Amino acid sequence: MNSLKKMGIALALAAACALVIPAVWAQSSLTGAGSTWVTPLVAKWAATYHTNTGIEINYQSIGSGGGIAQIKAGTVAFGASDMPLKPEDLRAAGLIQFPTAVAGEDLVYNLPGIKAEQIVLSGPLVADIYLGKVKKWNDPAISKLNSGLKLPDMDITVVHRSDGSGTTFTFCDYLSKVSPEWKGKVGANTSVAWPTGVGGKGNEGVASYVQRIPGSIGYVEYAYILESHLSDARMINRDGKIVSPSLKGFQDAAAHVDFTKAQDFYVILTDHTGPGTWPISGCTWQILRKNAPKETNVAVMKFFDWGFEHGQNLAQSIAFGPLPPATVLAIKSYWKKELGYTI
Amino acid sequence: MNGPEAVLRVSAGPVPEKPKAVRRSSPSRLSADFLFHKAAVFAAFLAAATLFATVIAITYDSWPSIQTFGVWGFLKSSEWNPVTQTFGAFPFIVGTLISSAIAMSLGVPVSFGIAVFITEIAPAWIKKPVAGAIELLAAIPSIVYGLWGLLVFAPVFAEIEPWITRNLGAIPGIGPLFHGPPMGIGMLTAGIILAIMVLPYISSIMRDVFLVVPSSLRESAYALGSTTWEVAWHIVLPYTRSAVIGAIFLGLGRALGETMAVTFVIGNSNVLSSSLLMPGATIPSVLANEFTEATTMLYRSSLIYLGLILIAVTLTVQSFAVLLIRRLGRSQGASA
Repeated sequence: MNSLKKMGIALALAAACALVIPAVWAQSSLTGAGSTWVTPLVAKWAATYHTNTGIEINYQSIGSGGGIAQIKAGTVAFGASDMPLKPEDLRAAGLIQFPTAVAGEDLVYNLPGIKAEQIVLSGPLVADIYLGKVKKWNDPAISKLNSGLKLPDMDITVVHRSDGSGTTFTFCDYLSKVSPEWKGKVGANTSVAWPTGVGGKGNEGVASYVQRIPGSIGYVEYAYILESHLSDARMINRDGKIVSPSLKGFQDAAAHVDFTKAQDFYVILTDHTGPGTWPISGCTWQILRKNAPKETNVAVMKFFDWGFEHGQNLAQSIAFGPLPPATVLAIKSYWKKELGYTI
Repeated sequence: MNGPEAVLRVSAGPVPEKPKAVRRSSPSRLSADFLFHKAAVFAAFLAAATLFATVIAITYDSWPSIQTFGVWGFLKSSEWNPVTQTFGAFPFIVGTLISSAIAMSLGVPVSFGIAVFITEIAPAWIKKPVAGAIELLAAIPSIVYGLWGLLVFAPVFAEIEPWITRNLGAIPGIGPLFHGPPMGIGMLTAGIILAIMVLPYISSIMRDVFLVVPSSLRESAYALGSTTWEVAWHIVLPYTRSAVIGAIFLGLGRALGETMAVTFVIGNSNVLSSSLLMPGATIPSVLANEFTEATTMLYRSSLIYLGLILIAVTLTVQSFAVLLIRRLGRSQGASA
């Protein structure tokens, strides 16, 4: 009898919880899902936003593909993707998108006797390395850009991401812009048919392969270069200047894009003009449903607006560059135009 | 808080004690048995229905890809290109089969050795600790194997690989299998890690069945002057043959479906290579890698299609095992 009674109480409690929790949930929490790249930023913003406003943001880093699928299905309040949706796809699905923050990535290498930032690379050269055309470190194409350096007679082992990733999309988009051959043979996507090399899972997978294999080269996010002790390369940007990766360089890339002109912010930040511009800069997009309840969309917009205004230092602390003020203004007028209301 | 109990006791009070117990016990025992019977049937059907439902759901989700690429076209195509949206499963099927084949060819002999050691050779005091240690291997999460393989085993193996290339690579015929840069990761590394992972499954079943071989058989052989090897190979193994095959196929099933450990060490290249030292990919590893960022319908559906093929491969292997065991059982019956 006792156990029956206990079970009854437990059931009643469970039922009560089931009734109470969603009500609480709906009032002070928002759910988003998608890109793993933007996860540290959303998590950082969400934590401070929660202490300031009491509103909880639950973000699930299930990948951009998952994020797009979830927002289309309407199971989340916002989806995040590292690859922007084409304006016509947005129209067809009744979605809108806007950028969140800028970030960047760089090539890292493992060459005995050569330190960080000693190697200079250009876009077309990186494309040839990743196409498997430049096979040795002492290839004339590399030594031409690095005349002062004694490059070893070593095979180049190309390391790429094995998992689908916004990092890969940004990297391949850059290579497609600077190398017609890359564009024709490989192209850009979250994962591509790599002509050569080994694939590591995640930034840490690529990093550990590069640390392990002498003569290897790989691409990782800037935040990850700061964390790990990998030797990163300098790049020649579109203006022909040699630049090192920096938040300033990523923001310069964004500053040279006129977001007010680009439809649905469909602009990729790679290979832009400007003397200080970092060539492999990237961005993540937040996606909303046009026909979602107004209060849900407003709550999401308020969160990101708070991030744009007050979350800049938080973003910089984890190597994300805040959007330039002009871009934030463009986003606000985009909201008004597309949704008919704003925060 | 014992209100209801008290009430029940009171209401049950007037009814005479003994007849109640008799009257009550037989129908309730019957109904308990009835319930148990139904529950068991339900459990069995639930398992079968889950598998069936899974296959239906997976087929449904992979339908766009099946329609686009067909069955044969998908199986034989080596092109896996998310940019052009062309997908083919061939490199992954081959990678899955090769890595599992390496795992089996290394894991089965070692498992046999372990089982023979524990049942025939080891002194009693060491049996338990060795058996326990082997079984503990099964409790290690596969991601730990993956990380261990990548961070500990691969660097050591990279030192050994030049030796492999020099020696095994010089053998005519199989030489080209062992050429390539010494990266420490690749198909062979994946096979070795898988071999370690299947050891506990195969060896513990082998040990259990070796123990049930009647000691009269064993002792007769020893009395006739057989060596330990001869007893193990000619007496113990034939006696337990079908169970041993079952154990091997259980291990193979595990190797075919292993995901995380393989993803970490196989190198993840979608290009098929003739060398075992070069990177490759398996069906589970490509699923683990690409599913989260599969942004288009066809891409997603092709990945699910790969899952369907993995089920088909596993099912084929299992049916093969069942057939083999039946055939062996029949021939054993005939010879006896």
